[in-house]
Amino acid sequence: MTKTVIKNLLGGPATLMYPKKKRTFTPITRGRVENNIDKCIFCGMCGRRCPTYAIVVTKDSREWQIDRLKCCTCNLCVEICPVKSLSMENQYFSPVKEKEAGILKLKGKEKVKKEAAETGAEVK
Amino acid sequence: MAHKNVIPFGPQHPVLPEPIHFDLVTEDEKIVDALPSISYVHRGLERLIEKRDFIDFVHVADRICGLCSFMHSLGYSQAVEEIMGIEVPERALYLRTIWAELSRIHSHIFWLGVAADAFGFESLFMQSLRLREGVLDIFEATTGARVILGVCKVGGVRRDIDAETLKGIVNRLATLKKDLEEICSVFIDDYSIRHRLAGVGYISQQDAYTLGCVGPMARASGLSMDMRTIGYAAYKYLDVEPMVETTGDCYARCLVRIRETFQSIDLVRQAAGKIPEGPVDIKVKGTPNGEYFSRVEQPRGEVIHYAKGNGSRFLQRFRVRVPTFSNIPAMIKVLKGSEVADVPNIILTLDPCISCTER
Amino acid sequence: MSEPQEITPIGKNDLVGMVARLFAEGYRLVQIGCSTLQSGYEINYSFDKEYRFKNLRVTVESGEEIPSISAVYANAFLYENEIHDLFGVIVTNINIDYGGTLYRTAIKAPFSVENVKLPEPPKQKAGAPSQPADKPKQQAESPEAEKAEAAEAQKE
Repeated sequence: MTKTVIKNLLGGPATLMYPKKKRTFTPITRGRVENNIDKCIFCGMCGRRCPTYAIVVTKDSREWQIDRLKCCTCNLCVEICPVKSLSMENQYFSPVKEKEAGILKLKGKEKVKKEAAETGAEVK
Repeated sequence: MAHKNVIPFGPQHPVLPEPIHFDLVTEDEKIVDALPSISYVHRGLERLIEKRDFIDFVHVADRICGLCSFMHSLGYSQAVEEIMGIEVPERALYLRTIWAELSRIHSHIFWLGVAADAFGFESLFMQSLRLREGVLDIFEATTGARVILGVCKVGGVRRDIDAETLKGIVNRLATLKKDLEEICSVFIDDYSIRHRLAGVGYISQQDAYTLGCVGPMARASGLSMDMRTIGYAAYKYLDVEPMVETTGDCYARCLVRIRETFQSIDLVRQAAGKIPEGPVDIKVKGTPNGEYFSRVEQPRGEVIHYAKGNGSRFLQRFRVRVPTFSNIPAMIKVLKGSEVADVPNIILTLDPCISCTER
Repeated sequence: MSEPQEITPIGKNDLVGMVARLFAEGYRLVQIGCSTLQSGYEINYSFDKEYRFKNLRVTVESGEEIPSISAVYANAFLYENEIHDLFGVIVTNINIDYGGTLYRTAIKAPFSVENVKLPEPPKQKAGAPSQPADKPKQQAESPEAEKAEAAEAQKE
């Protein structure tokens, strides 16, 4: 009994004092999916592989969209991406008030035409 | 002439983690009959095989239940692999065993905490869940998620654990074992806990066998039944012995679960010592054509996964028979003749996992 | 590690007799499961004794009745009520009959033949390699697989 009393008085609280102390994630914690849009080639493999159909890729208009509220962080899209533009971040996606706020839309740059590069015309 | 009353128990009750309903027919505080009702969380998961092919379905199988999540994906992967004749590499078998035993440890510690809360010992509940956090941290460090692991797939496992992390896991479990011994000595020796559990909810060995009891409920009544002795995954290389008690009451079930937790810590240490090097998965070619019954020992008992394929990418039938479904008729037998005040205790020793029962 | 699967197809009139014999030999009832076929249902009764797994299989058309085994095994009532509620199979003389209220679903009998669409087996190409289903196990093949194998045998 004395041992327990002394242990409780001298030791600190058993819980993590959140939010004063932030929670440390491990390097492989699955939080949310991020896309580096400059590297993306819009092949659509991630959209085909997603088991909850959260990712929608349109190749013609070069748009990549993810519905974060449908994503179950299974990591399949990150594993299948051929150019490794997708990555899994540690911090989870914070809650939002409306369903539309969970959708993230990204648009890629326009494709550089080969003839313009050869003639030396201005490239944007 | 005693007056009969019908008292509804559930679906919302502080003691129940998930909704189930019993209509208790009582005569002056003694129960004479009980009628179970389920279907509060029926999601119809078995029809999702029409929409997701057999490789993606393992993610649905993971999400049948939160506490027994890894064992469902393990049973499903085993059923499909046996149909297709795939030989999983040895290292993957050992890794699956390690995660399965860690699953068992965290489920039993959670049960100890909820049982303590049921008979009013709230500080013991808090201490048990504090220990369980250690196991969930191990899950997060090795797979990336705490509850729904998503690490088993048809053909092996998706991640590897290197030798250093394995040693770290064994050391952390050794520290956990010391704290666990302190808590379990309270369960075993405390006078007031023994008063609430001993002699309550008795079922005989013969009744347990004919009524289809599985898991710790059967082992506490003297039946030596443990599916790990069949030798699936890496259990054929480890020595597993079913923990059997003969008394058949709530106290015996509590003892069986405590002993199984210590046995699992030892099994993880054995598996981490014997694990060979090699690949962790194998490429899957073709589609399943055939059927197979796969039996796995979950923390709550024996679970059967039945898969049937006819050559297309979608399975034809997938059925899960969970241990709680099999224990409910025995629970009715146990409830007859007990006092109304003991009902929450007795139903908790069944360890009901209703989201599995009603998939 | 694969277990040998013993599946014995029987007729529905022999069901209660065989089940009573298994009960006398000391088997316990493990599960009763049902699968939807193209036209009809296939009901599996699984038994186990000392880790030896045995299955009995009964095939019924939709609308046919089968007898209940709850006179022999008292815990069968839960499984039989489930196959009545989800599949629409009529089971007579269950000891505790819920009358269709065990599973309260939005549509009646969601897994029945009318509501479930079975997947199409792939078309067999001439000279296609054989499926890995030829294993030395006693298995009752599903009707589609049998038709596909018969078609392949005819082509070769």
